Amino acid sequence: MLDIAHDNTLPNGAGVGYKPQHFAALIDNPGTVSWLEIHAENYMGDGGRPMAQLRHLAEHFPISVHGVGLSIGGETRLDPEHLARLKRLVDWLNPAMFSEHLAWSTHDGAFLNDLLPLPYTTNTLTRITAHINEVQDHLGRKMLLENPSSYLAFAESTWSEPDFLREVARRTGCGLLLDVNNVFVSATNLDFDPRAYIDAYPLDLVEEFHLAGHDEDADEMGRKLLIDSHGTPVDEPVWTLFDHVIARAGARPALVEWDNDVPDWDILEAEAARATRHMEPALAAQVSA
Amino acid sequence: MTRAETLPRTGDVTVTQTAFRKALLDPQQAVPDGLTNPDGQQASKRFSVYRNNVVHGLSEAMLTGFPVLAKLVGDEFFREMAKVYLRIHPPTSPLMMHYGAALPGFLESFPGTLHLKYLPDVARLELALRRAYHAGDAAPVNPDDLTKLDHRALMATRLQMSPASEVLVTKWPAKAIWDFNMKGGPQPKGGGETILISRIGFDPVAELLPDGGARFVNSLIKGCSFGTALGLATADTPDFDLTATLGVLIATHSIIGIDKPD
Repeated sequence: MLDIAHDNTLPNGAGVGYKPQHFAALIDNPGTVSWLEIHAENYMGDGGRPMAQLRHLAEHFPISVHGVGLSIGGETRLDPEHLARLKRLVDWLNPAMFSEHLAWSTHDGAFLNDLLPLPYTTNTLTRITAHINEVQDHLGRKMLLENPSSYLAFAESTWSEPDFLREVARRTGCGLLLDVNNVFVSATNLDFDPRAYIDAYPLDLVEEFHLAGHDEDADEMGRKLLIDSHGTPVDEPVWTLFDHVIARAGARPALVEWDNDVPDWDILEAEAARATRHMEPALAAQVSA
Repeated sequence: MTRAETLPRTGDVTVTQTAFRKALLDPQQAVPDGLTNPDGQQASKRFSVYRNNVVHGLSEAMLTGFPVLAKLVGDEFFREMAKVYLRIHPPTSPLMMHYGAALPGFLESFPGTLHLKYLPDVARLELALRRAYHAGDAAPVNPDDLTKLDHRALMATRLQMSPASEVLVTKWPAKAIWDFNMKGGPQPKGGGETILISRIGFDPVAELLPDGGARFVNSLIKGCSFGTALGLATADTPDFDLTATLGVLIATHSIIGIDKPD
């Protein structure tokens, strides 16, 4: 296990999704960025530059490991080889946090490299619960589960997403990762009120926020269709929704994700600084409380 | 709470992940029933967001993983070819760093590139360079530790090879093509090559080995003693150039340990 000097917890400040092209600039001037997230699957090689950079970063920043390949929402059993790879990474890195998605990505031996949706039913609840129990038992730690961005609805769903997530957390003891952009994207695409979603969400179980940019498209009926593209600045209405979240939940570790058309470091850092500013009133209240 | 919940159900339509996956990878397949827009109507365009995400994500990963191939055929053609490839060979694990391992075989029979017979060898080289990039870390030996051994000791020694080191024997001048496209090297010519792929620090390298070099280095990688490897190489190639081969192994940081016999 890595020997880490800093307090190995995510601070209630801003983090960013780490991109290798930012390595030098980030070390040189992290600005307000106080923690980093990495995608687990990019650090499952045996060695080389990626692992060396990660080791260096972990000495300076608390790290949140974010999985994109466990396929927790999959119909079939979790891939034991992948679970073993994840355990190897987590045991070595001892990250401050591990999170995954309420989604599936692998089926019939094919990994589809996307976060695919599932219906919210009693059956899927049982399955997700079993998978999260297996992950937490295997890793020997609590994980966070992230709400997805949705483009369509399942006619067979019988649970609302907040209720489903609350019940999964209740049954497994996992925490939640609230992706504010995903809420806004899903609310637009599925025509619900994002504030009502937040108000129904078990915010006391949220240990991390995500923020990201989205693109705008339209479906064949001409309805607005937002795409969770992570390739632009966080949209203004998402900042407004973030303010609503903070007003109810207080400050938490908040991550800015920018995975496509990745900008220069100073632009990403400015987004993180904005996330920090939005949380400052809540942070001041939390400190004085 | 959500509008979707208050809508009349369209029936007990279970969408299996098998059906979802089939329709994702095959644009000719109808979108599974039971996936709707907020009004409970069929959601074809919405489903195609997932289709596009999958195709875009995988083809861009391939474009990043095969920079010289993409340069040889052009990005636009490469993306179209990748779309055909990914439907036949979707990733079999979430480790995208190794995605595309079946591309050399695919290119052997892909109608669009049959006339570019060197492409499979270039793909093999790019895959090997990626494996070297992610291989385990190891420090090279001090070459003096090797040269100071007397003949008998050297022959009995087993050399530990870097986990990044492997040999690629090609029909076409893949390294010359790679150098021409990535480093402004001379116009590629000639036939097959014996290429040693390894890593210096964090940077993968590819160097040519002389005739017999493949047999020698592969024998070392398998764990044969120096003498056995040399015997095998000279049996195949009587004028095997050991000095040149050792020079390449040392220059590429391929030797990471010297196990002397007890």
